[in-house]
Amino acid sequence: MPTSYIPVLLIAFLAIAIPVVGFAVWKRVSPDSLPAGDHLQAGEKGTQPEPSLDAEYSERMFGAAILSMIFAASIVLLFLLVAKFSQMGGYGLAILVIFMAMVLAGYVWLCKTGALDWN
Amino acid sequence: MFRTFLQAARPTVDVLRRLFNDDLTTADGTGSQIIFHLTWLMGFAIALLLFAVLPFGPAFQIADLNVGLLFVLGISSLGIYGIFLRGSSALREAAASISCATSIAIALLGALLLSGSLSMRGIVQAQLDQGQWFIFYVPVSFIIYFFSSLMVANRVVLNDSSPALQPISAQMAKYGILRGANQVLPEYANAAVLAGIGTTVFLGGWLRPLASYHDRFPDTSVELLDVLPAIAAATLALFCFRLAPGQETRKRRRALFSAAGFYAIAALVLAASLFWRESVMLALHGAFWFVAKVGAYLYCFYWVRFRFSHLGFEQFMRRQWRILIPTACVNLLTTAMAIVTSQNTPLPMRFTTIVSTAATLGVACWLALRQDSKSFMQAAGAK
Repeated sequence: MPTSYIPVLLIAFLAIAIPVVGFAVWKRVSPDSLPAGDHLQAGEKGTQPEPSLDAEYSERMFGAAILSMIFAASIVLLFLLVAKFSQMGGYGLAILVIFMAMVLAGYVWLCKTGALDWN
Repeated sequence: MFRTFLQAARPTVDVLRRLFNDDLTTADGTGSQIIFHLTWLMGFAIALLLFAVLPFGPAFQIADLNVGLLFVLGISSLGIYGIFLRGSSALREAAASISCATSIAIALLGALLLSGSLSMRGIVQAQLDQGQWFIFYVPVSFIIYFFSSLMVANRVVLNDSSPALQPISAQMAKYGILRGANQVLPEYANAAVLAGIGTTVFLGGWLRPLASYHDRFPDTSVELLDVLPAIAAATLALFCFRLAPGQETRKRRRALFSAAGFYAIAALVLAASLFWRESVMLALHGAFWFVAKVGAYLYCFYWVRFRFSHLGFEQFMRRQWRILIPTACVNLLTTAMAIVTSQNTPLPMRFTTIVSTAATLGVACWLALRQDSKSFMQAAGAK
């Protein structure tokens, strides 16, 4: 039903227009801008910025992101099955169990190899 | 309780106040101006867009899509781009949000098994047809959804010493006052959207409690339970009216008197609607129940945020990936078995879902205990 998406498109237009218009109003109303460097100089606050701690965690986070992608793809495929599940009976249950077993097999392997050990 | 109500208005007032502050720019030419603007724009636009499919009542829905739930999950996952574009300092936040989005989607699948429809209106109708809210059939799904939505809406503060991850000051320092505020405001909007989705899928949407109970007052067409909204609004009005004189400042007194007046008018309208056309009465009462449930959900949101201690990032990811996500998968399977069992045997769905919930909780406890003993052993080995 394409016509039911017309209100969604209107709301999307409003959702983009409201912050853009607000930003434009702000630019007119606010005082002159300062370059970012002047605000963030360590000398102003007297403290040195700490180095980011994220680099040492990047591998696990990418692993979590990729695993999330795999789960997301599985979930999208499951939506179709789950929406019509009540009409499929035992056949639907068998498909669901086999599908989830394949997804969880990889997940269990990752757990055993320690890829999901967040220490 | 009063402070919690004030918290709800604070983000809007803060953003309006920031209009008159100066801005930060990347005047030295480093970085992309487009991405600089896109981060806050995406978060704000996506939060507003999701309100389009939320059913605020039987007559108050902007767009009733037949794939409403899929639309919500798809659009909300775009919000993670807004987090990623902030840079490496937001990597943890993005990883946590992605993990929570996965558990939320699997939890919603558990309720979707019962409704058989992706339409938000269809999900509420299924709860009316089955005579029970889905939270009573799949409570584990609701618990997983609630705790995962806490992180997606950034209401669980990760206890981290890195100054780049301090939620408010980092946004203000990097992006300027209004852009920073526009990154904080979508978090409140996201919380409201998640509360709306949770209410629609698990708490019956706009249905009143005991929606199948239709006993009426003698010699009238007014149902007994339909007077509850008017009574609730009147009680709130009296409560605010009683609290108002004892407030310390004039602003608070005015705010409470205004709230009392608003609730009093709402009580009058809700009471009068009992004698109007049925469609109007259903629309107004439906909106009342939806807003009341969303309000209760948000109250619990903020209560958990303020009450419980903060989690470390590793602690959070461990619980998410080792406990919540596998529990959600097991819950999906056990709920499916419960539905097939109730269809093929004389056992009612209420009984089979109780058994499936017990089995899921058993698996969750086993996972939690196993995880705790493993952490204990690792900590002991480290010492």
